This record gives sequence, structure tokens and C-alpha cells, in this order.
Amino acid sequence: MTTATHTEHHAPEPTGLRRWLTTTNHKDIGSLYLMFSLLMFFVGGAMAMVIRAELFQPGLQLVDPGFFNQMTTMHALIMIFGAVMPAFVGLANWMVPLMIGAPDMALPRLNNWSFWILPFAFTLLLSTLFMPGGAPAGGWTMYPPLVLQTGDAFPFLIFSVHLMGLSSIMGAINIIVTIMNMRAPGMTLLKMPLFVWTWLITAYLLILVMPVLAGAVTMLLTDKYFGTAFFTAAGGGDPVMFQHIFWFFGHPEVYIMILPAFGIISEIIPTFARKPLFGYNAMVYATASIAFLSFIVWAHHMFTVGMPLAGQLFFMFATMLIAVPTGVKVFNWVATMWRGAMTFETPMLFALAFVFLFTIGGFSGLMLAIVPADMQYHDSYFVVAHFHYVLVPGAVFAIMAGVYYWLPKWTGHMYDEKMGKLHFWLSAISVNLTFFPMHFVGLAGMPRRIPDYATQFADFNAVASVGAFIFGFSQLLFAYNIWRCARGGAKATSQVWEGAHGLEWTVPSPAPHHTFDTPPVVK
Amino acid sequence: MSNLMTRWTGRIAAFAALLFALQPSARADWELNMPRGVTGISGEVYDLHMLIFGVCVLIAVVVFGLMIISIFKHRKSLGAEPARFSHSTKVEIVWTVIPIIILVAMAIPAADTLVRMEDTRNSDISVKVTGYQWKWHYEYIDEGISFFSNLDAESNRARQVDSGIDPFTVDNYLLNVDKPLVVPVGAKVRLLLTSNDVIHSWWVPAFGGKKDAIPGFVNEFWFQADEPGTYRGQCAELCGRDHGFMPVVVEVLPTTEFDRWLADNRPADAAPETRMAAAEPAPSSSGLVSEAAAATPEPPAWSMERAMDRGENLYASACAACHQPGGQGLAAAGFPALDGSPVATGPVDQHIDIAVNGVPGTAMAGFGPQLSDEELAAIVTYQRNAWGNDTGDLVTPEDIAAAR
Repeated sequence: MTTATHTEHHAPEPTGLRRWLTTTNHKDIGSLYLMFSLLMFFVGGAMAMVIRAELFQPGLQLVDPGFFNQMTTMHALIMIFGAVMPAFVGLANWMVPLMIGAPDMALPRLNNWSFWILPFAFTLLLSTLFMPGGAPAGGWTMYPPLVLQTGDAFPFLIFSVHLMGLSSIMGAINIIVTIMNMRAPGMTLLKMPLFVWTWLITAYLLILVMPVLAGAVTMLLTDKYFGTAFFTAAGGGDPVMFQHIFWFFGHPEVYIMILPAFGIISEIIPTFARKPLFGYNAMVYATASIAFLSFIVWAHHMFTVGMPLAGQLFFMFATMLIAVPTGVKVFNWVATMWRGAMTFETPMLFALAFVFLFTIGGFSGLMLAIVPADMQYHDSYFVVAHFHYVLVPGAVFAIMAGVYYWLPKWTGHMYDEKMGKLHFWLSAISVNLTFFPMHFVGLAGMPRRIPDYATQFADFNAVASVGAFIFGFSQLLFAYNIWRCARGGAKATSQVWEGAHGLEWTVPSPAPHHTFDTPPVVK
Repeated sequence: MSNLMTRWTGRIAAFAALLFALQPSARADWELNMPRGVTGISGEVYDLHMLIFGVCVLIAVVVFGLMIISIFKHRKSLGAEPARFSHSTKVEIVWTVIPIIILVAMAIPAADTLVRMEDTRNSDISVKVTGYQWKWHYEYIDEGISFFSNLDAESNRARQVDSGIDPFTVDNYLLNVDKPLVVPVGAKVRLLLTSNDVIHSWWVPAFGGKKDAIPGFVNEFWFQADEPGTYRGQCAELCGRDHGFMPVVVEVLPTTEFDRWLADNRPADAAPETRMAAAEPAPSSSGLVSEAAAATPEPPAWSMERAMDRGENLYASACAACHQPGGQGLAAAGFPALDGSPVATGPVDQHIDIAVNGVPGTAMAGFGPQLSDEELAAIVTYQRNAWGNDTGDLVTPEDIAAAR
């Protein structure tokens, strides 16, 4: 197996800003995605801080309720489309070619474009904060008729969503083409690392649902400006139809944000347990089942809209079914750890916290599937607790685990392990302090998306706010650790981790600009 | 290894002790769980919730237990040698089948309750509930009683940014209204929910659920409260700026008291059919101000003083949320100022038109269907003569009627 690093036949590359603007190199673009995602993580995080500061105690102390709604809306849009999704695409860009022994992504120029659309999309979106009428405040779900009351920000919202969708679709096409065509000789589909598998499936989900979202928001646009009435009851339209279309996108979107996380965790646990992944085939089939089921459960987001009984029953049963493949995944991770020889470096700590806390989010998800109980949970803080458990200690912890895991491969240096562990413990404790009490206030009757609340919810909200501030500021450690690691530190070996297996660990650290010019052969 | 185990057990015990020590100081406010509620359905929902929660806890104990054992026992620092096994068809079948069995066992009682929840037949009383930004309107279908239900004045004062009022001093802060929905105990109450503007959701946790109020749709929800009392909830679907400030309050009365309430609130003048017709175009006794309780005998003549007086109160409850108490508007949210505005100081017809019909495509609702002629006349007069506005215009109820 060769790790060709020669560059003679590559044209000289521009340096400085032009290098980043014009790059078609999967590693450069991966880095761009990841840095962009980190930036957006802090922007969206700052909005979360505004939200938690206002909710620290009852009464309105800091912001107007309208601005509060802008914060919740923008926080969600930025975290979903700006932080989590680009982070996964960045990891895919860096790691998929390295894991399958390909020299680069299949469509490098498309790759450049799909990244560079994003800064424009988010400039459009963030610019709305400075407009008369402010940013969109109707929730990231953009339900009409409320969203149609948005002021000047409305077309900016729609077009930025269009751009994000374009970027995602192009990224997804690229990943599929790369995986289908550029695997090293001998790497059959069922020999692919699980991260590659989960991304392959995620990419199909993206291609299937992003156009649906684009269609839905375009109909909103024509409803507002061109006199159509798709969702306006007064014109014969149907506001609930939007919710069906939106969640037909939205539920697969949820899995778009978690399947790659499953992939990362399935790479990390075997490495640090020094034991092969338990039930590889079952993991692949479970991922595929989850993806399939994600298309037939969308209406569980809307059990209170007044669906026919048969519809409610169908969506309840289908939703409960998801627990089966998800359970298989969790059991397999535990079985992978069982009788391993574990060590607990930062990536493993984040992976273990992922398994614990994502599972808690899974449990509350199962509870939410029970329709009669959902009539109480729906649109309460219980839901906020649920989806933050699967997204923050779920998706975000998996991303952090992946970053710590592969950072030595990217930079050639080991990150500061002590600081990494400190970051982990601060994050793991504060994330629970933030989101666990939300279960309680939700069950006790606190609706979501409110800027002020009745006094009986005060205690747990204060706890959640304290947790949120600790969590927010802890992330500065993460950024600092990455920055330090990029600039220097102990030299990393090719394999980096004692128990690491796979093609990405056969190339030097840092991974040279061009790798696998000659494909490796997989036995 | 045992050394490590004891160290960790010690830490966990210390943490548990800390948690326990906090318990005595805990106030009743540290509410942890869903209320059981006061209806048969809410009790069933609570039981389902506890059942599924119990199932989750059991699974968690097994899965997390194995994980924790593994984390403590199977570590390299203890000299563990990794095993090489990588699958076991038998085990994998077991842990696929067992969850399916558990899920089926859960689905049966859940479906059973759901069927009962959706059965809105044979109701004793029907109330049409209409969501407005940001208040509820209740209409007793067969009684000719209808009114708006707003956030109560005290909460409303306290909830303004930097109001200086401590919410803890306000009774039922944000969960109180000027006029609650009143229903009899033990009766099956059917709600017909719809909305005048955006989607709202009517939620009283003690009744076991919520239902969306959607423009263009009529949704059904029912409850049968077993105990008299006052039950509180809130709008649960984001509906704009003041979504957090449209509580739902239901007063459940013993039957005799409810009958008295009905008699007191029924419009005295009309026979049932004409009552309905009269209530339709303008549910006039709006409840926006407390004294607006229908039949005031022989109103005094319409005057500037009277209009300004009523207008000030009505403005506070109907307009100030957006246009602000001082009429300065809220530019950041796109709510125009009225103080010195071209509308409030310009042609009066245009002003009346906006107040009655609203501005399509914006948050400005048409208040024609919500307020009576007199109320609208008072508001428009107030807006044209308050703050720095001094047009001197006195708008009369007849002007409003002509503009409808």
C-alpha cells in the first residue's frame, strides 16, 4: 500500500486568500467547512446566550418579546444549517476520500462551489438582524400564516434557505459519486468504514428532501408576493399542508444530523476499546432502516393539528418502530465496548457521553411517540429537552469527538489532552445542567418559544441558564485547543491512536496535501 | 481495580448525598412531573406517561448498567486484554425481538386511550374557541354568550420590559385572564377550535392535552372535568410577538353555580335565534375592559371626554402590545408609531379603514370583527388625540358603522 505524496504533476497552487477561494482540494475544503461551522456555532451560541439570559428569571429584563422570537428562530436556523450540517460535510470532505483511498472528491469544482455558497447564504440570513422589522421571528419551522407576517427579512430568509439547500444537494451528490466510483480496489461496499456508510445514506436523504424544503419555501414566497394561496385559508389554501410538506423534509433532516454522528461514534469506540465494531452488518442495515423509516413518520411532529384517528395511529406505530434499529445501534456500541481494553482519551470520552446522552434523547423520543402523552408533551419544554439531547450531546458531541479524533491527522500535532478532558467534563456536566431541567418544566406545563414564564417555572429555568452559560463559555476552550493544535504541539504518528485501523491512518500526519494518487489495495 | 471502584463509588455516593441534602430546601415549585389532571383522559394520559417512562428507566438501567460495568472493568489500565468477537446472530436477534415486544405492549394501551380522546360525540355543551393574536375568544354555541379572554391587567403591567414589578408579587403571573372560560363540572365540554389569524394551540395541562386552532379549520377537543376549580394553561403554538402572553383559564363550576353564571351572562334582550344573529357580526361585549359587560342601561351621550376615557383603556389592551403604551411603536419589530404618524394625524377615513379592516400581509389585524362600533370609535378618537396628536377629531360609532 503506497502513500504517494509527490506533487510534481500538480499545477502550482495560489497562496493566501486566493488559495482558499479557488481551492478544489478536499482537505482545504473540509477545513473551510469546519472553520465556517465553528464560527456559526459561536454565532448561534451567542443567540442561545441571549435566550438563556432572558429566561434566567421571570419577567422581561433584557429583550423585547419580538426580538426574543428572532433569537429562537435564528438560533435554530444557524445551528442546524450553519453549524451541524456543514460540520458533518466538512468531516466527510476530509475523511471520506482518506477512508476509501481516493485521491480527492469526485467533483472538486462543485465541491468548492458548494462550500462558497454558504458564506453568502448566511450573510443574507444574518443581515436580516439589521433590517426594519428585524430577523425572521416565526420559528425555524416557518409555519404559515405566521411566517407571512415577516417583514423585509422574508425574501432573505427564503433565498438563504434556497442557497443552503443548493449547497447541501451539491455536497451530497459529490459524496455519493465519490463513494460509488472512487473506492480503492478491493474495498467493497460492506468493507467501507461505518462513517462512509452513514454518510452515503445521509447524502441520499439530503438529495431526496432538500428539494422538498425548497419547494415549500418557494410556495411561501409566492403566497406572500405573487398572490397565490397555497397555505392561506382565505384563498382556499391549507396551512396544515405546509406542515406536512415541511416535516416530510424535516424528519429526514433530523436523521441527516444524526446518522453521520452514528458513523463517527462507530469509528471511535472500536479504536479506543481496541476491539472490532460489534455487528458491522447490523449497523449498516440499522442505518438504512432508520433512513427508510424517516420518510414515513413526519406527521408525529404535528399530532395536535387535528389529524384523523387512523393517521395518528399509523404515525404513532411507525415512529415507535424507529426505536428498534436505534436500539440495535446502541446495543452494538455497548457490545463493542464489552470485554474490550478501553482507554479514555478525549474522543472516547465524548463518544461515551454521546452513547449515554443520545440514548436519553432517544427515550424521550419514544415517549413523544405515544400520541396521547404527546398531546401533553407537544410544544412544551419537554420537546425542547428532547431535541437538544439528541442534537447537542448527540450530534454536537459526536462532531467534537470526531474533531479530537482526527485533529492529529489534520494538523500533525497532538492536541492538549488535559485541556481536552477539561473541555469534555465542563461540557458534559453543563449540558445536562442546561437541558435536563427542561424535561421537568415541560412536564409541569411550560410551553416552548416563550420569552417569559409563570413563576413556578423559575427555579429550573435559573438552573438551565447557569448550565447554558457554563456550556457556552466552555466551548472557548475547544476553539483554543484547536488553534493551539494547528500551530504546534507534540508530533503525531501516522496511526495516532494505538487501536486505530483504516486507510486514513496509513498516511502520514499531517496528511499531505495530496494522498492516494496511487490507490491503495484493500485485501 | 477494587481500589478504583471504591474511589468511584465514594464519589458517586458523595454526589448523591449532595443531591439529597438539597432536598429539604426544595420548594413546591421544583415541580418534576406531569400533573395528573382532573379529567378521566388526563388521568389515562398520566398513566401512559408513567408507564412509558418506567419502561425507559428499566431499559436504561440495563443498558447503562452494562456500559458502566464495562467502563470500569474492561479498561486497559487494569490490564484488560481485548476480546476478538465481532458479532453474534443469536444476541442480535434477541435484542431486536425484545424491543418489538415491548413496543407492541406499549402501543395497545396508547391506541386505546387515543380512540377515547378522539371521541367527541355526545357532548353536553359546545364552545367555539377562536384564537386571535394574542387573546382567545369564546362563544357558547347555544347560549348566545361570547367574549374575549385577555391576559389580566396586572400580569400585563408586570410583563413589560423593565416594568420594575416583581413577577413573584403577581398572583398567577402570566396565567391569569380578565374573563375565564366557565364550564360546569362533570359535563362533557366540546371545544370547536379555529383561528382568526395565525395558528394557536389551546392547552390546559390539567385536561390532558392541547389542540391547535388553525385558520380555515375547525378542530375538536373535549374534556370532562371531575372537580370544580380554576385550571390554567397557555397558548402552545408560536403565534408571534406576544405568544407567551395569551393564557387559557378555565373555571369549572358546580352545576347550579354554572346555571346562575349562564343566566347572568346571557344577553337579556333577545330570543335564542336573534341572539345568535346579533352575536355574529360583532361580539360586542368584548371583555377587553371589565366594565364592558353588555347591557349598560341608557349610555350617556357620545362625547370627547367619554371617547378618550374609554379609548385609553381599550388602547392599552388592544393596541399597546405592538404600538406601545406611548404610541411610539416598535421600529425594530416593524410596528409603526402612532404618535405623530401620517395615519393618526391624516385623513380620518383612512385611519378608520385601517382600524376596521387591518393591513393585509402584516401583523395589523382588522379589528372590525373584534370590537363594537363604539369601542372602535373610542380607540380611533383616542389615537388621534393622545400623546402629541391633537387633531381634535371626535369619531362617532356611526362613522365606524358607515365604514364597515
